Amino acid sequence: MTINQTPSAIKVTGLRKSYGDKVVLDGIDLDIPEGSVFALLGPNGAGKTTAVKILSTLTTPDAGAVTINGHDLARNPDGIRTSIGVTGQFSAVDILLTGAENLRLMADLSHLDRRIGRQRCADLIEQFDLGEVAGKPVITYSGGTRRKLDLAMTLVGAPRIIFLDEPTTGLDPRARRTTWQVIRDLVADGVTIFLTTQYLEEADQLADRIAVLDNGRLIAEGNPEDLKRRVPGGSISLTFATAAALDDAVRTLGGQMIRNDEALGLQIPSDGSARAVQGVLDRLETGSIRSLSLHTPDLDDVFLALTGQPSTNDQKDQK
Amino acid sequence: MNTASHAVADTLTMLRRNFKNQLRYPTSVIAIVGIPVLFLLLFVYVFGGALGTAVAGAAAGRQEYVNYILPGLIIMTAATGSLGAATSTSVDMTEGIIARFKTMAIFRPSILIARVISYVTQTLASMALVLGVALLMGFSPDASLVDWIAAVGLLALVSFALTWLGIAFGLAAKTLDTASNLPFPLILLPFVGSGIVTTDSMPAGLRQFAENQPFTPIIETLRGLLMGSHIGHSGMVAIAWCVGITVVGFLWAIKGFARDRTR
Repeated sequence: MTINQTPSAIKVTGLRKSYGDKVVLDGIDLDIPEGSVFALLGPNGAGKTTAVKILSTLTTPDAGAVTINGHDLARNPDGIRTSIGVTGQFSAVDILLTGAENLRLMADLSHLDRRIGRQRCADLIEQFDLGEVAGKPVITYSGGTRRKLDLAMTLVGAPRIIFLDEPTTGLDPRARRTTWQVIRDLVADGVTIFLTTQYLEEADQLADRIAVLDNGRLIAEGNPEDLKRRVPGGSISLTFATAAALDDAVRTLGGQMIRNDEALGLQIPSDGSARAVQGVLDRLETGSIRSLSLHTPDLDDVFLALTGQPSTNDQKDQK
Repeated sequence: MNTASHAVADTLTMLRRNFKNQLRYPTSVIAIVGIPVLFLLLFVYVFGGALGTAVAGAAAGRQEYVNYILPGLIIMTAATGSLGAATSTSVDMTEGIIARFKTMAIFRPSILIARVISYVTQTLASMALVLGVALLMGFSPDASLVDWIAAVGLLALVSFALTWLGIAFGLAAKTLDTASNLPFPLILLPFVGSGIVTTDSMPAGLRQFAENQPFTPIIETLRGLLMGSHIGHSGMVAIAWCVGITVVGFLWAIKGFARDRTR
């Protein structure tokens, strides 16, 4: 894939950030072309939010160069601020104002002409289906409605580059699909989207390019297909009748695999071909195998192959 | 890109937001006015008969005591106003909307400037309410127009200083609880000064503290302006304290504001 034909919306080299002893970003390079969706994928604590904070001018990096929409972060953060919109993980709305007043606040702070600003707010209320609640204080809104308003506020200034930090975390499936549609519409208008997510499906659905962040480093980058290709065939899942049989299998097969003692299960990275399956079965006592299934590759497998641990474990670790 | 060209427009936008919040949810004004009014009622009606004699001589009573205590409670209102500034600043910071403002190309100081203006306004309005209650209770000031103008100027200065300090508390505190606890000693300072009784009646060590803490010269100056008592060098000391507190609060607030507060 050639990515250098369109100009870069976001270009990052050697980005580093530490909080005390903890290295959060350990040398990140990114080059995101205009009009594309870029997903930064990673478990909680991988450094995704820190990356967004730095790129959206909230935090200064320890080292590295950042250029957004042609503006240098160190020299002209206000230039960047005129080009971007940010929706963080936590809602950034004034709960004491009404939805319409929140939008108007954004229009005023974006220095839009009064008439254009009014029109823009009315359009967004319509687009986000906020008509019924627009006149009520946000404190009365449900969580999902607040998120919608939050996203609408981000769009008031018609930013060319939008950062969405886990935009659908905590949303119900319907609200999630609505958000995805909004993102697709924005991309159709040529807006660049920088998305962080821990949902592999979300990155797969939306992103042109995905980078996988783990412990402050990008451990893989490519389009969803590229990444899946790095784990050809996914994996073979086996469950065993007894713990002893599981032990035997682990000893016999060796190499990288995921073992689940509770379920007596074993997950072996594999290209999924008949030969590979036979190769595994030939080495095992097949009588002790209770079940066998083949796992087609998805981005979970990317995590498995790249980090040696499934992403779901990391998600369970969070609070 | 020069955001300073938007300084006035952005400050007005922020002010509109703050005033709307304050008018629609006047709960903080209720707390700011409520505490000094509660003390006013308690001290004048419960202790006033006895304390009047103590502060204004044998023939004095409740009436004289209202006149004595009001300046101290007006200054206490500046302290409760500071508490209001601290808590609502802390709430705002954790709500994330300030982080949103910081990602926009606005004149950043407008966030703090508008905040100071709206809290000072809130505190001065609260002082007017406390004064109103005191007038109903028989407070009879002995002040000329010039005295009143000077008194309002002094109160604006005190409110300005304590508002900066309150905002600094709100920015420095990691939690809302801390933000609401930090300014609390300020509310009690008029008690260990000349707010409730004269400092002459206190034991030596406490008396030394009471006479040298910032609120005493401020209260004495206000009392002088409103009641015609002797001000002396209290005026200059009061102004010096206000300027000092403003500088500390301002620098501390700027430091806290620059810090990234988002989680």
